[in-house]
Amino acid sequence: MTVAMEDTETKAVSGAEIRLENVTKRYPNTKAAAVDEFSMVIPAGRIVVFVGPSGCGKTTTMRMINRMVEPTSGVITIGGKDALHIDADELRRGIGYAIQQAGLFPHFTVAQNIAVVPGLLKWDKKKIDARVDEMMDLVGLDPGTFRHRLPRQLSGGQQQRVGVARALAADPPVLLMDEPFGAVDPITRGNLQDELLRLQNELGKTIVFVTHDFDEAVKLGDKIAVLGDRSTIQQYDTPDAILANPANDTVAGFVGAGASLKQLTLLRVRDVPFDTDNVIAVDHGDAPAQVAEKLRLADRAYALVLDERQRPLRWVHRRELAGRTSLLDAGKPVGDSVTTQSTLQDALEAILTEGGRAVVTGARGELIGTIDISTVTDVIANVRETHADGGSA
Amino acid sequence: MDLWQYVSERWDRLSLQALLHVSGVVQCTIIAAIIGVVVGVLVYRSSVGSAVATALASTILTVPSFALLGLLIPFLGLGVAPSVTALVLYGLLPIVRNTIVGLNGVDPAVTDAAKGIGMGRLGVLTRVELRMAWPAILTGMRVSAQMLMGIAVIAAYAKGFGLGSEVFSGLTRAGSANSLNQALAGTLGVVILALILDAVFVLIARLTIPKGVRD
Repeated sequence: MTVAMEDTETKAVSGAEIRLENVTKRYPNTKAAAVDEFSMVIPAGRIVVFVGPSGCGKTTTMRMINRMVEPTSGVITIGGKDALHIDADELRRGIGYAIQQAGLFPHFTVAQNIAVVPGLLKWDKKKIDARVDEMMDLVGLDPGTFRHRLPRQLSGGQQQRVGVARALAADPPVLLMDEPFGAVDPITRGNLQDELLRLQNELGKTIVFVTHDFDEAVKLGDKIAVLGDRSTIQQYDTPDAILANPANDTVAGFVGAGASLKQLTLLRVRDVPFDTDNVIAVDHGDAPAQVAEKLRLADRAYALVLDERQRPLRWVHRRELAGRTSLLDAGKPVGDSVTTQSTLQDALEAILTEGGRAVVTGARGELIGTIDISTVTDVIANVRETHADGGSA
Repeated sequence: MDLWQYVSERWDRLSLQALLHVSGVVQCTIIAAIIGVVVGVLVYRSSVGSAVATALASTILTVPSFALLGLLIPFLGLGVAPSVTALVLYGLLPIVRNTIVGLNGVDPAVTDAAKGIGMGRLGVLTRVELRMAWPAILTGMRVSAQMLMGIAVIAAYAKGFGLGSEVFSGLTRAGSANSLNQALAGTLGVVILALILDAVFVLIARLTIPKGVRD
């Protein structure tokens, strides 16, 4: 049996590479620089998350990219072009910008808010109207319902969506996001994060995302930069590598407890070698006696009952088969199952719920295998070993 | 002769005076608004500048209107010039102060976003900040206009425009025929005009304050 390959990772990249070289910000009348000799390459079409404690300079660093903060010295290029020697307003019109409270213009409707940057770029009216509708669809707001609403008539989550739509309206290659989901409730935040990932899958922008929430960084980042005081880079790597092998105590402190559990959110069932033939599967029409015999021959305790379309229905134990006429009322129903798309964290939850072994299903709910706790522990051990080698090399 | 009779017999003159009064006040309010908003825009970002501008404007207001007019006459002579100057100066404080308060009250996240998506300085000011500060500025103008309605009466002392001349000549001729009627007609006229002008301001607020900014 093969694992379904639904998720082809061919992203269109419309983003541009950002390079920061020895970028320093020194405020007048202060001894220490706020950002000291910061150098980093942010690859095109990727999400890079700046994460660090409050006041570490991560926001200042991000704001130097669109010159909301003018660097004192250093070089910043976007897509190879020098960002520091062109008109700042021109530069900003080519960079999407989304901030914490969304910063929507309260006296503009949703459509007017989204249309600001295309308007500044002097697009013609028809093109702007079409673009506004397109952006609203993209962020999941029905244009018919929301076009003429005012920001204050929207929920916090909806305002953030409009903020993201406004940032993307002129199709900028680069998007800067400063804790954009910081002010919404956890459930909405989760949804917005999922949607940002979906959008990014379609758009392939270069996104610089600032947060102090490490879990958010792990979820969203292709790469994470853990920043310390004065924006010094403590570690700049994939979430995977940072979780498995924090570079120093500062990073370890930031990763916090439960690094292994967080690691599980990064891996999907399709990425790990789950069992595809380690279960006795029987049809719901089979006679219980026949199944009992089958289990006895295989020396197994449990059988998995499938329906006519191969979807798992129930677990039955050998002892429960005696005297039954149908498999449909024996044993217990399958409670929690996972798909190949599920994260290992979901899988672990299902394994614990199901008591040791969870069912893995395919796109149509059909049985394609099972996963147990040893698979999960093996995977974690493996990841740690890989990054430990990489780190010491 | 009762007041009613007095007013109807001299309606032509009184209505002209009333018109001059209100139009003078409105024009002075507009001039004060233009100057006040410009001053407010220039100083609102600096706390020192804001404090100085507000203090200056308050100082003007503490000078009694009689004295101010008296001081202006040697420089500007009699007539419209000293009256308009005095009224504009008096009208400044509420407008300057409210402009500063209004502009400082704009949510920093909104101006940050406006700047961050590439609106120029002037764009941020005219399309965002002033639009959002407009309710406060308009309130300042309304207060100024009310105040100037009364102060404009004193302007008659400098041979200015409006109903003040009725009040003044009524008072100086106190005791003679119709003097009370004349002073009363002038005073009541000012009160009625002030009420009407206030209603007009409410209407302007209705029409010009964007829905998203209105409470």
